[in-house]
Amino acid sequence: MNESQPMPELPIVSEQPSSRRGFLKACGATLGLAAWATALRPLTEWSEDLNVDEFLQKHYRELTPEQKQAVFRRLEDETRDEHGVDVTISDPQATPGVQFAYALNLSICIGCRKCAEACHVENNHNRETNESYIRVFEMEMGGIDFEQGDATYDHPVPQPGKFYMPVQCQQCENPPCVSACPIEATWQEDDGIVVVDYNWCIGCRYCEAACPYHARRFNWEKPTIPAEEINPNQGYLSNRIRPQGAMEKCTFCLHRTREGRMPACLEACPTGARVFGNILDPDSEIRWVVENKRTFVLKEELGTKPRFYYFFDE
Amino acid sequence: MSSFRWLRFGLAFSLVAGLVGCSQQSEDQPMSDTSGSNPEETYAAVIRQPPIPKGVIAKTAEGQLVEVSCNSCHSIRPANESNATTGNLDEFHQGLQVQHGNLTCVSCHSAEDGYESLRLASGRRIPFGESMTLCGQCHGTQLRDYQHGAHGGMTGYWDRSRGGQERNHCLHCHDAHHPRYPSFNPAAPPRDRFPPVGKGEHDG
Repeated sequence: MNESQPMPELPIVSEQPSSRRGFLKACGATLGLAAWATALRPLTEWSEDLNVDEFLQKHYRELTPEQKQAVFRRLEDETRDEHGVDVTISDPQATPGVQFAYALNLSICIGCRKCAEACHVENNHNRETNESYIRVFEMEMGGIDFEQGDATYDHPVPQPGKFYMPVQCQQCENPPCVSACPIEATWQEDDGIVVVDYNWCIGCRYCEAACPYHARRFNWEKPTIPAEEINPNQGYLSNRIRPQGAMEKCTFCLHRTREGRMPACLEACPTGARVFGNILDPDSEIRWVVENKRTFVLKEELGTKPRFYYFFDE
Repeated sequence: MSSFRWLRFGLAFSLVAGLVGCSQQSEDQPMSDTSGSNPEETYAAVIRQPPIPKGVIAKTAEGQLVEVSCNSCHSIRPANESNATTGNLDEFHQGLQVQHGNLTCVSCHSAEDGYESLRLASGRRIPFGESMTLCGQCHGTQLRDYQHGAHGGMTGYWDRSRGGQERNHCLHCHDAHHPRYPSFNPAAPPRDRFPPVGKGEHDG
């Protein structure tokens, strides 16, 4: 193109004749501004329940002990501000030489859902959904067919011809949920418990899809719990009030069990269908069950190696 | 090989030293118990005792309700050893529902001392407070499971080096006279975001 030739007059012209360079500059500026605005959008959507400390918080396993303490104190303060309750957020660690296992006697479970109720209370579940890490299936005697199982039955129990099968996290030795997580927000601890860093979780729900036992739940909404019902004895990796958008799961009540206590669901069971303990302890109750009862695990063929055993008396 | 030698040494040592030797072996067992290895530190499992009956409620001539001991009546009345129901009794025990296999009253109650104690199948008398032994005569598998913590509700610690357990008695769940666990309404079901087919508000 010859620069010396005058531009041909067009029907619509401004004072300054537009050049290709000017047009490209304008386009570039517009795109740049749009990109800048998009990049800053999280700031415009900044809300009360997001704070800089939380935004910048590192993964649980990268936190130093001092940073952990700062995080726990911050969470305690937030709970006080939001719910008006003084809670303690602890962080009990796995004990060397302890591998937790659970067993459930299907012959004496009567389907009363006391375990699910105790879980609901102990683990500060959302009252709106009546959520619990335990789901009790009413099953037809003669087989284990979850397609025919009913988890929402509401009639006197036990019903003739039925048996009851509580299902919760199986704390698999080979957990598919952990491998599904794209950001390592969930992992297996040394005592076998699979935990979630609720602050690191991005809520993609891949783990929920990966779990063959439907043991993981998503917090669709911000949990609502009356102040007087909040369990103040909380663990960072277990029963503290979960934020909206995070996954949650059973942790065998690690805030209790790592202190040597029984999980809440076991204490609530009126029939003693539940047996819990350290499978490495040859004198433990759980070891006796696994050695002397005909136990089985759910969906053994998947190779998840559950630490949760079921058995019948006869 | 060396671990076998150590084990043999441990066993020989325990033979010499009697029962004290068991702590010597624990070093050879990597998966040995960390909680129960020291018996001094093991907390007990306590069985919650159900109230022990002292007799029956009777009405005095003045109309007062009092608790009278069993042998007030049974020491002067002969025992009907074939009786297995309360329906044919003239007085007392009228509302008592009995549905426990083919047992008769004297299968478990001792007529010899005016029904003041329980009677084992061997004929030995035991106080009411030891009723678990009586139940275990027939329900041996349940008693075995109970003794291994696999039957009956409990609270407390799985780690007995850090705390004890409180365990239910047979009678907390099973009435001695009609032991079947009663049917009752369960806790509320979950409220799912997507109710199962047939249970949603648009179904049926």
